[in-house]
Amino acid sequence: MAAPGFSGTEFRNEEAFFLGFSQAQVVAFVLLIAFLAISPFFLYPVFLMKLLCFALFACAFNLLIGYVGLLSFGHAAYFGMGGYITGYTAKVWGLPPELSIVLGGLVGAALGLVIGWIAIRRQGIYFAMITLAFAQMVYFFCVQAPFTGGEDGIQSIPRGFFLGIVDLSRDMNMYWLTAGVFLAGFLLIHRIVHSPFGMVLKSIRENEPRATSLGYRTDDYKLMAFVLSAGLAGVAGGLKSLVFGIATLTDVFWTMSGEVVLMSLVGGLGTIFGPFLGAAVIITMQNYLAEFGAWVTVIQGVIFVLCVLAFRRGLVGEIGNWLRVRL
Amino acid sequence: MDDIFGIPAPLLFGQLLLGLINGAFYALLSLGLAVIFGMLNVINFAHGAQFMMGAFVAWMLLEYAGLNYWWALILAPLLVGVFGVILERTMIARLYKLDHLYGLLLTFGLGLIIEGIFRNQYGSSGLPYRIPPQLSGAWDLGFMYMPVYRGWVVAVAVVMCIGTWLVIEKTKIGSYLRASTENAALVQAFGINVPRLMTLTYGAGVALAAFAGVLAAPIYSVNPQMGSNLIIIVFAVVVIGGMGSILGSVITGFGLGIIEGLTKVFYPEASATVIFVVMAIVLLARPAGLFGRA
Repeated sequence: MAAPGFSGTEFRNEEAFFLGFSQAQVVAFVLLIAFLAISPFFLYPVFLMKLLCFALFACAFNLLIGYVGLLSFGHAAYFGMGGYITGYTAKVWGLPPELSIVLGGLVGAALGLVIGWIAIRRQGIYFAMITLAFAQMVYFFCVQAPFTGGEDGIQSIPRGFFLGIVDLSRDMNMYWLTAGVFLAGFLLIHRIVHSPFGMVLKSIRENEPRATSLGYRTDDYKLMAFVLSAGLAGVAGGLKSLVFGIATLTDVFWTMSGEVVLMSLVGGLGTIFGPFLGAAVIITMQNYLAEFGAWVTVIQGVIFVLCVLAFRRGLVGEIGNWLRVRL
Repeated sequence: MDDIFGIPAPLLFGQLLLGLINGAFYALLSLGLAVIFGMLNVINFAHGAQFMMGAFVAWMLLEYAGLNYWWALILAPLLVGVFGVILERTMIARLYKLDHLYGLLLTFGLGLIIEGIFRNQYGSSGLPYRIPPQLSGAWDLGFMYMPVYRGWVVAVAVVMCIGTWLVIEKTKIGSYLRASTENAALVQAFGINVPRLMTLTYGAGVALAAFAGVLAAPIYSVNPQMGSNLIIIVFAVVVIGGMGSILGSVITGFGLGIIEGLTKVFYPEASATVIFVVMAIVLLARPAGLFGRA
């Protein structure tokens, strides 16, 4: 279902210019770097860190929907579990932050391996329902498991010292780490998408029987993409639990899975920069509308409906279509 | 009282009955999902919200119009069904030519809107809805006490499921429906108004969800989240049963309810997750679902 409506557009100058980016993408990438470098001096760093955690989460989700055509409706499971693992290992085991984040990502990937292995047996709508159901199972597990702290969650998680020297309890230091991890994840996804492996993924998205007939074991490719996506979602969740010092059930609940779908949809499914912009829009909106309580849910629902009915390319997709470049 | 497998019989039968009740709701909801999916190729994510609306409309009819349970049982499905028809005509019908996942995303958004509005209006805590006087009390079955209302819910759910099956399998409109599921273009060529049939199907599926909501109102407290918690389990039920067969989804619904009830007796820690475990096993053994066609 990816790249909706793109078929009618002729894109200019598609060839790789730098790092696999086209010229237009290099411009967008430079703007992104500039934003990351300048924004903490003008905006509240904790807000920016939240934004970047969700942007990484949305990029991970978009890897599946945008480039393999798999709609996972249960990505909260990997995000939330990553958060719990990072939080637990940092607080109870006293692991340094870099190690606890890596562990969060690894556990997210392992969970993705198990769930993905079962879920890729079905396609399309069934795949979405199965991933959602398994995520709910993970949620119930987290409600009962002793290490998650149940309804209270894991609280006062220490940020610690990065590599033993950089004090992350200072917001600016934590921000640079978050920005670095986001950028690394962003580039990794970009690299994956433009690798031969990524080409096979796209061919599965376009026509799976054809890819099979060309001799590719499509299930293996899909599972690999699923594991990568779940692992990055776990890293994003781990970062978030360090930023806020708390890991709770909210992050494993199905509403979180819905939010990451919304971010990618608003930004533009199957675009490289869409998930970042979508996350920025949704997080900013939540920030300003926080006082309206349950109306936030209603507004998110309205955005869902509007995007699906009238705005399927998303923000970045529309901009790209207007400029006739693929962003 | 005798023990069965070391479990006191009243406890066992009590949980079995609870399982049967949950199963009745799984069956009614997965039936509606299956009928809508068969015709429209849309997974109706708003199904849970529409179930919740049924319960709320029943509560509102009693609170604001003084209309009792029996009126609600007829009026609430009608009202919510009309609401469904409007949704289908104005929004869902625009998506039939697109990837089916857009239908899922749209109805997910609609579900969020409906749930959010009710939460703003009525808060998150539940509202009580009294069991109608004709159905209060309990029967002494000898081995356990059976609340009359619970027996009523199971009986009505079974009747509704069989009724839906009869309509689809034995009536003319049901044959149109089955034919359109197989090949809509051909049915349309025979002069049958397929788009209207789709609208009616969606309305009927939504009405079925609302009917289940009215049945649920006196058992569970009427609250905005009552549908969203249920719908994910119903999704698992649908995956287990496969959406190919009407009777299949009914049997799967009741069966899983009973399995869940038994798990509460023998291993309560797993009762929340057992249906998902069953789903995993079924996917490994029979990916198309128990009654599904690959």
